[in-house]
Amino acid sequence: MFNDFVAPSLYPAAPEIFLLFMACVILLVDLGVKSPRRTLTFVLTQLTLLGCAAITLLTSNTEVVYTFSGMFVDDMMADLLKLLVYGAVMLALFYSREYIQDRQAIPKGEYFVLALLATLGMLVMISANHFLTLYLGLEMMSLSLYAMVALNRESAISTEAAMKYFILGALASGLLLYGMSMIYGATGSLEITEVGERLYTYSVDKSVLVFGIVFLVAGLAFKLGVVPFHMWVPDVYHGAPTSVTLFIAAAPKLAAFAIVMRLLVSGLITQAADWQGMLIVLSVLSMGIGNLVAIAQTNIKRMLAYSAISHMGFMLLGIVTGVVGGDARFALNAYSSAMFYVVTYVLTTLAGFGLIMMLTRAGFESDELDDFKGLNKRSPWFAAMMMFVMLSMAGIPFFVGFFAKFSVLQAVVAAGYYWLAVAAVLFSLVGAFYYLRVVKLMYFDEPKIQEPIEGPLFIKVLVSANGLAVAALGLFPQFLMSLCAYALMRSLT
Amino acid sequence: MLSLSHFLILGAILFAISIVGIFLNRKNLIVLLMAIELMLLSVNMNFVAFSRYMQDPNGQLFVFFILAVAAAEAAVGLAILVLLFRNLKTIHVDDLDSLKG
Repeated sequence: MFNDFVAPSLYPAAPEIFLLFMACVILLVDLGVKSPRRTLTFVLTQLTLLGCAAITLLTSNTEVVYTFSGMFVDDMMADLLKLLVYGAVMLALFYSREYIQDRQAIPKGEYFVLALLATLGMLVMISANHFLTLYLGLEMMSLSLYAMVALNRESAISTEAAMKYFILGALASGLLLYGMSMIYGATGSLEITEVGERLYTYSVDKSVLVFGIVFLVAGLAFKLGVVPFHMWVPDVYHGAPTSVTLFIAAAPKLAAFAIVMRLLVSGLITQAADWQGMLIVLSVLSMGIGNLVAIAQTNIKRMLAYSAISHMGFMLLGIVTGVVGGDARFALNAYSSAMFYVVTYVLTTLAGFGLIMMLTRAGFESDELDDFKGLNKRSPWFAAMMMFVMLSMAGIPFFVGFFAKFSVLQAVVAAGYYWLAVAAVLFSLVGAFYYLRVVKLMYFDEPKIQEPIEGPLFIKVLVSANGLAVAALGLFPQFLMSLCAYALMRSLT
Repeated sequence: MLSLSHFLILGAILFAISIVGIFLNRKNLIVLLMAIELMLLSVNMNFVAFSRYMQDPNGQLFVFFILAVAAAEAAVGLAILVLLFRNLKTIHVDDLDSLKG
């Protein structure tokens, strides 16, 4: 049995291997970097991510490739999501540079290494085709993120947020694992595509399987942060240093989308009727509670946290509508609308938190809604950027958020869930209130602080480009939409 | 004679104890960390039972990884706990209320 061992092809996992290697190198190099700005560590980190992007592009092909005995998969969906993760992480690190510089308590070198290791976890999650790789990727990401939240060692609320994130994250992993063990018991396989095939060909014990799916969905819901498993989201967004909030709000959402696709769509598509019902409940609850509670917030990070909950609920609508009564005709359309939604949400949220961080200074967090009063008087340009972000999140036409909501709703209507579409639109209208309130504060109120906005020119250009991308993608959404659809079409057959 | 279901029921009981431990415990954070460990161990019990029942070694391999990850998780959790004690001078669950989720 062991004589015919064939070395696995490392080629599909090249970006991960490169990233791991470079993370170790950067950890060592950082020991010798004495400057408090850590320019060398920072540049190396960004170059590593660029290198990963280059490797992903070079090794990308339109076929689905499995390696490590089927534990690891490299398909178009993985390639596209990985490229977006690199982009989101690079932007997040650019934005956070000045922020962590101004705060003495945050260790600078470790920040970048932990960010790289969290990225590695996300890449493994995106490419996982086995419960084990999925779990390891998830833990790799989560453990790095717990540490990043606690990185501001002198802040009591950061530590408290880290503790809550840790406990609820560990609980989520436990639920996910329990679900995996039940599905393993029902199907006898841990490989996700193999599970899918066995469910298709053999008859399995339905009760054990559904029992497992319940726990699996609960675990995924925790990681996505949808109601009723959302308790950690506002606390972590609020308590974490804003740079870490930005990091958590962006790239991990892409990875979470990927594991939902892998587990529920690649593995359990035959049981779609079971998990879709649960997801509908989660999604309606998240849109409702997320949007309603966001109105009551005075802290913009908490407000954006509840907004994230409602957006994740909206994204789930796209996943819910893939299979209707055993008919998967609309699957591609539905899943690609969900993917488009999550990608545009990540882009918008990056711009939003990037702008919040531009307003911070040493010793001043600028995370209350009142800090945005009269922003137009201080800087008309950045007020306009913030307005773009808010209007896009609210789903006002001709910003990218509108097309994301529109394509998801189209999938919902095509699947025949009219009441779901009506509920989604109503809750979005509720949500528009608190987004527009930020616009009102910026344009019609008197500023509390008069100082102009400072910061390196490069970061200003980058934030502006990000804000303009939100507007520009709203005018030309077609390219990104067809890219998502193409990647999924190549991966899901 | 012990059958598969005995082990699954034991696993389910351990899992339930750990969930109750996480949600009802209002005293000490260390107890919470213990409950999390117990939850992972109950999953291990399930994996080993299924693996033995199906004569498939993959489930037992999974258990080794869960054990290793649990150790890493405990390390991170205790590190955050030490930090918390340094900042708040308490490890009582009820005192973690400056953020209202």
